[in-house]
Amino acid sequence: MRKSLLARIPTALLLLAAALLLSSCGWSLWDSPMTTVRPKSGFGRMTHQIFMLISWWTLGIGIAVEAGLLWVCYRFREKPGQPLPTQVHGHTLLEVSWTIAFAVILLIFAVPTIPVIFETQAAPPPTALKVDVAGRQWWWEFKYPDLKIVTANELHIPAGQQVSFNLHAPDVIHSFWMPQLGGKRDVVPGRVNRITLTPDGPGELPGQCAEYCGMSHANMRFRVIVHEKGDFEKWVANQQKPALSPTDPLAQKGAELFSQSACVGCHTITGVSGGVLGPNLTHFASRKTLGANLMANTPENVAKWIENPGHLKPGALMPDLGMRGEQTKALAAYLLSLK
Amino acid sequence: MATHAAFMPGTKASTGSVIWSWITTVDHKRIGILYGVSAFFFFVVGGIEALIMRLQLAHPDGTVVGAQRFNELFTMHGTTMVFLAIMPMSAAFFNYMIPLMIGARDVAFPRLNALSYWIFFSGALLLHLSFLAGAVPDGGWFGYANLTSHQFSPTHSIDFWMLGLQVLGISSLMAGFNFIVTIVNMRAPGMTLMRMPLFVWMSFVVQFLVVLAFPAITVALILLMFDRFFGTLFYAPAAGADPLLWQHLFWIFGHPEVYILILPAMGIVSEVLPTFSRKPLFGAPVVIYSGIMIGFFGFGVWSHHMFSVGMGPVADSAFSIATMLIAVPTGVKILNWIGTLWGGRIQFKTPLYFSLGFIAMFTLGGLSGVMHASPPVDLQQTDSYFIVAHFHYVLFGGSIFGLFSGVYYWWPKIFGKVLDDRLGKLHFWLMMIGFNVTFFPMHFLGLIGMPRRIYTYAPDLGWNFWNLVSTIGAFTIAVSLLVFFANVVKTTRSGAPAPADPWDGRTLEWTIPSPPPVYNFAVVPTVHDRDDFWVQKYGDGHGTPPRKPSPPAHVDTSSIHMPPPSYWPILLAGAFLFMVSGALVSIYQVILGGFLTLYCMTRFMLEYHHQTDVGPSAGGHH
Repeated sequence: MRKSLLARIPTALLLLAAALLLSSCGWSLWDSPMTTVRPKSGFGRMTHQIFMLISWWTLGIGIAVEAGLLWVCYRFREKPGQPLPTQVHGHTLLEVSWTIAFAVILLIFAVPTIPVIFETQAAPPPTALKVDVAGRQWWWEFKYPDLKIVTANELHIPAGQQVSFNLHAPDVIHSFWMPQLGGKRDVVPGRVNRITLTPDGPGELPGQCAEYCGMSHANMRFRVIVHEKGDFEKWVANQQKPALSPTDPLAQKGAELFSQSACVGCHTITGVSGGVLGPNLTHFASRKTLGANLMANTPENVAKWIENPGHLKPGALMPDLGMRGEQTKALAAYLLSLK
Repeated sequence: MATHAAFMPGTKASTGSVIWSWITTVDHKRIGILYGVSAFFFFVVGGIEALIMRLQLAHPDGTVVGAQRFNELFTMHGTTMVFLAIMPMSAAFFNYMIPLMIGARDVAFPRLNALSYWIFFSGALLLHLSFLAGAVPDGGWFGYANLTSHQFSPTHSIDFWMLGLQVLGISSLMAGFNFIVTIVNMRAPGMTLMRMPLFVWMSFVVQFLVVLAFPAITVALILLMFDRFFGTLFYAPAAGADPLLWQHLFWIFGHPEVYILILPAMGIVSEVLPTFSRKPLFGAPVVIYSGIMIGFFGFGVWSHHMFSVGMGPVADSAFSIATMLIAVPTGVKILNWIGTLWGGRIQFKTPLYFSLGFIAMFTLGGLSGVMHASPPVDLQQTDSYFIVAHFHYVLFGGSIFGLFSGVYYWWPKIFGKVLDDRLGKLHFWLMMIGFNVTFFPMHFLGLIGMPRRIYTYAPDLGWNFWNLVSTIGAFTIAVSLLVFFANVVKTTRSGAPAPADPWDGRTLEWTIPSPPPVYNFAVVPTVHDRDDFWVQKYGDGHGTPPRKPSPPAHVDTSSIHMPPPSYWPILLAGAFLFMVSGALVSIYQVILGGFLTLYCMTRFMLEYHHQTDVGPSAGGHH
């Protein structure tokens, strides 16, 4: 029993190693929307190079140690009639050598690490597009101070241009993470952290809060939309326009409801209200998702959300204002007219 | 002897007197068993919490529990496993084995030892009273400020957590000082520091880590307590405070804590490997120095838990290099263990299986640790499932496998029966497979972006398959534990009595009967070697012949003075718990509890004050 079980382990390890090899060669395992190993920015690639360097070394060392352990166990297993083994207490030269060997290997990791630490934290050039990110329980606000745009939960940036994110935390600690673009950075109350990076090409990718921040931490998601330069300018032009006035009667009724209810205390719609506790809704209909990338931005979902935000997102700070039925339909129609 | 015999099956003693003898015991062996049983109980509790979390995460958009309950589960799972399972399991071995391995009759302060157990028990009780109060801690096991402030956590949940941890810290500090004094002062004649068994050495290092690290978290918790109870602003950013203060204080404790959790297991492995390879530990001095170095460096790497907070490139680089440095003594230890097996005559018994499992799994945990020693890499991995995988390889694959190795190794010494070897190996294989099926996929999950501490996830992120696999693994681990419990029941019912030296051991605990008499050693031994018992049996293999065992001593064991039982430790701990829990009820309870605590403390201190002259006759109590 002992032998057969022991014999199975190397096979299992080989299979595992094969799986790892296969997967690193492009098996779909790594192609998740939140993948950290398919970097799409220079910042991400610098990190990834060190990750791969350390990974290959540690994979090699790991396989060598595990295989060595198994071989030693097999080779020196007890056989009947054997005398007591020689009582070896140690071997100074051997021990000194492997201590030095470990130190050298770690030096191989440390030397390329240090410059990357400094490069990735360098001050951004003045030409970089500035985005002020605010992490709030449990949604993201994105302000473009130079473009005078405020939006939420969907971040639009141009491909090939340096973007400098300044991270603010009005409530508790969060962590701003766009895995495909690079590593995360904590969003800490009382200080402004920064990430600077240049996204490669257009595309859509998800991001998420990575530091536990209370009840709906799991629902603090966002979308990043990387545009071609021209598309980004179109998006900017639209966001800079004032809010549209509704033409549809249902939407008009919704607009009336909105301006007469407590909605205005927390939400800004340019020309209508100026609340700042909740997301800016001026161009609400231009967003594809609702509730910090939780669900599609459809009339049904918006109505459900208004009726009971805490039901769709536990702990949501937006209260149930008692709107029901026709009222929420009207509000949804209004909000979704704000292209 | 009566108190010890009462525990053995087959003797007649009323249940009441058995319970009384256990709650008033000051015998290090019984306190060790109390720690062990409590630790297993909480290991199961923490395990059930983990299973519920795994059920919730088995599928996307899970509905087994809600957000609030899930947050409570991971907070209590982490807190329980660290403070109520692994630490007390190590404490069980410190208590039971250290005096036996250094040839002592008890620890230096037996009543303090009992007190530290009952204070531990109080802290555990307080933490779990939160379930009855309906305010379960939900801030994560490292409870980052300022989420723990009154503004963001208005219920008593965080109060239970911060008071419970303070109580547990007091217990750990008392035990730490007790074992330092015991190891320094109570070694048998001839046992120089370098002849001390490796488990005692690693435990010795751990006690220093405890007494130096716990004050840091105590300070952090007291500041938090002031913030929450008295409105101070130590962690309030609105008042200009930096919430990162908490993180620094916490991890100055938290990183040494990792070594508090792993070094005892390393000590156990360093005992088990030589015994079953039948040769001495390879390079024992290097293993000892490596343990000391790990303990020392352990205080200089705390900020590697904080690479993402924005400390700036200089601090990031310094902590990165320090962290890589600590990998050197750790790697050296692994090769020394393999060197111990090399050229041996390896007997594959269950304790060795678990020690080999420790080496195999801890190596993987160490290697993934090296990856995030590099800050840029860490920025992708921190707070993702990659980290969850990493620290479970260290704390489960390392600590738990090592501790189970100790359980199988010392069970015959403690309970007088050898655990069944076939069931033991079945337990090992199930646990090994279950562990890897649970935690290896978490590496993948982390690399494809799954953050930790999320109660739900969307179905379109490619995380579904590996989460399901991981849940299946978790239940395999649960089955392996059932096998262990079956083994315990079977062995207790029908196992044959164990001899004093079932494994052909090397250290002093194997020279005395299993289980040991209450006074441990009828004659305190004189030590000539690190593997003293082995050399006595076989010679040192380099010309020194086996020593003639000394003739059986004719000692009147009734003349051996052992400390009598005391009920003041449990009363003092009870009064203390009453005082501390008053902070959640009423100031009057705190004041009343304070007076009760002072009263018990005084009685505890003066218990033998007027009895010093009756020393020898006190031997009649045992």
